[in-house]
Amino acid sequence: MLGLNKRDTRFLIIVILLTAFTPFLMQPFPEGSAMAQFNGGYPDLMQRVAIFGIFAIGFNILFGLTGYLSFGHAAFLGVGSYSAVWMMKLLSMNIIPGIILAMIMSGLFALLIGWISLRRSGIYFSILTLAFAQMSYNLAYSVLTPLTNGETGLQIRPNDPRILDGENASPYTNLFGLDMSASYKWEVFGHQFTFNTGFYVCAVIAVIAFYISLRIFRSPFGMMLRAVKSNQQRMSYTGLNPRPYTLAAFVISGMYAGLAGGLLASMDPLAGAERMQWTVGGEVVIMTILGGAGTLLGPVLGAGAIKYLENIFSKINDTVLHGWFSALPDGMEDFLVMIIHPFVGKGWHLTLGLLFMLVVTFLPGGLVEGGKRIMGLFKRKPKGEGDDPEHHPQSTPHVAE
Amino acid sequence: MGILEVKNVGKRFGGLQALGNVNLSVAENTVHAIIGPNGAGKSTLLNVLVGKLIPDTGSVMFDGQSVLGRKPHEINQMGISRVFQTPEIFGDLSVLENVMIPCFARRDGSFRMHAFETVSQERDIIDEAEHILNDVNMLDKRDMHAASLSRGDKRRLEMAMCLVQKPRLLLLDEPTAGMARADTNNTIDLLKHIRDTRDITMAIIEHDMHVVFSLAERITVLAQGTPLVEDTPENIKGHPKVKEAYLGEQAQE
Repeated sequence: MLGLNKRDTRFLIIVILLTAFTPFLMQPFPEGSAMAQFNGGYPDLMQRVAIFGIFAIGFNILFGLTGYLSFGHAAFLGVGSYSAVWMMKLLSMNIIPGIILAMIMSGLFALLIGWISLRRSGIYFSILTLAFAQMSYNLAYSVLTPLTNGETGLQIRPNDPRILDGENASPYTNLFGLDMSASYKWEVFGHQFTFNTGFYVCAVIAVIAFYISLRIFRSPFGMMLRAVKSNQQRMSYTGLNPRPYTLAAFVISGMYAGLAGGLLASMDPLAGAERMQWTVGGEVVIMTILGGAGTLLGPVLGAGAIKYLENIFSKINDTVLHGWFSALPDGMEDFLVMIIHPFVGKGWHLTLGLLFMLVVTFLPGGLVEGGKRIMGLFKRKPKGEGDDPEHHPQSTPHVAE
Repeated sequence: MGILEVKNVGKRFGGLQALGNVNLSVAENTVHAIIGPNGAGKSTLLNVLVGKLIPDTGSVMFDGQSVLGRKPHEINQMGISRVFQTPEIFGDLSVLENVMIPCFARRDGSFRMHAFETVSQERDIIDEAEHILNDVNMLDKRDMHAASLSRGDKRRLEMAMCLVQKPRLLLLDEPTAGMARADTNNTIDLLKHIRDTRDITMAIIEHDMHVVFSLAERITVLAQGTPLVEDTPENIKGHPKVKEAYLGEQAQE
């Protein structure tokens, strides 16, 4: 089906099902129960999981396949968001023109930055992309204020022209009239599940993005990208020019980032410079490595895990902690709260750092490798299942030399 | 007129004249060895031939076209393949994929955006790759990770990757360096097999005289950046100048 073999078709169907049932998967606990605060099935979080999943899938095409580690992909996310908001201001609150322009602009931007940065490899490439990201952030924050509205960020105003929208057009972001923020809540057995239009739009696009990445992984082009990571010298002496291959991968991943940025703006129509900060680019690196760089599903799992944990951990404050430990003697309770306090709420990045260190040290292939190990415990001798190099977590994710 | 014509090539690194005035002609369909003591400029010459170094003076013509100033991948596309001193293969890829990549390079040129085709449906390329693996007796290892091969197998794989491109000139940089005797003999047999079954020109840079004398039809002796003599193996063996270059002052004592 769709140019895929049986195994990949099955794989794609599993991914589609997982995406479709996200509102259930992320809402495992009944409302009002003690565990309810670990539920993540609300629209904003689910949208972010899908959008950052797209971002990470694209990043993985560059980093996972060619080994070129870019810290500058936040710039493309930002370009995508600004482009999309401009389209909403000028043309229509329909998200389609915004998403299209977001991909075109980020693609052009990636072509320029990639053309310059890819003259170097390894650590020098990473530093160049980092420099470009920081430059883009400063441009957006101050220099290009007429275009980006600087510190305040670009927003929708009631008096924007929106030349394609008629008198009665929706003032909210929509897809041909379908309001992105519209949700249907379904209550059953004390559970509450939310089905949000915006999430499903993102989910459909994420599945398409995943399918394209699957095709690239299986294509001769994908094989060439893995060859770049493996041995550029041999590649040159085999009559292949590594530069256009890496540049193509860079532009594709930049367009994925632009698409993600456009979708972020489509869900919530504003764009700020902080979206271009290099920490956002660092986050996608962490997502990809945490999930498993070079694997198909890893980046999506990494994005989901980080966004979910971020929301859960950020919500926990001292009151919640005191609630948990209220059964303990007073001194003990205060002591435990004091220990845990730096790791939750605003300190959630400390937890992320620890988690990242643990994964990189003990599970260099990321969550995908963890999953494989668990499967290996249950399955005796998985022989005959022709091993697929793309599904294998690469040993340690390393940077191209 | 040989397939490869090197004329008056000189290359200087700072104070060191690595290549003095090299003239060399490699005739089509011969095995031509370039030997010489350490520091004679063999590797510099090879790097000039593959486009890694640009010489200060002189010209290098391959089949009537200049090689100088071209990038390594362009030179390869002209029909020159290179085997490295330590085998350069795609370690993270499978053995079959290693051989498929040069097939794609030959069919599609130095870059093609074939992102929506599927590797497993490229029947012609797979057949060709399997065929060459069969030729070098590695078909049973086709799904192995290339990095996990033995040194000798890596060498054979690299050779297969070069041969599948059907190059007109194969450059070999000390193909048996650091190999055990058995592996060396296997490599010699493989090269002999290639020499006898294909229309191919080979230029070998080699230290090991056993390898040189069992393969080469012409030998050029290089010393201090200039060719001393060029002759058949029989004549080279007893040549006084060669003895002198190799053994230095000891020979004169």
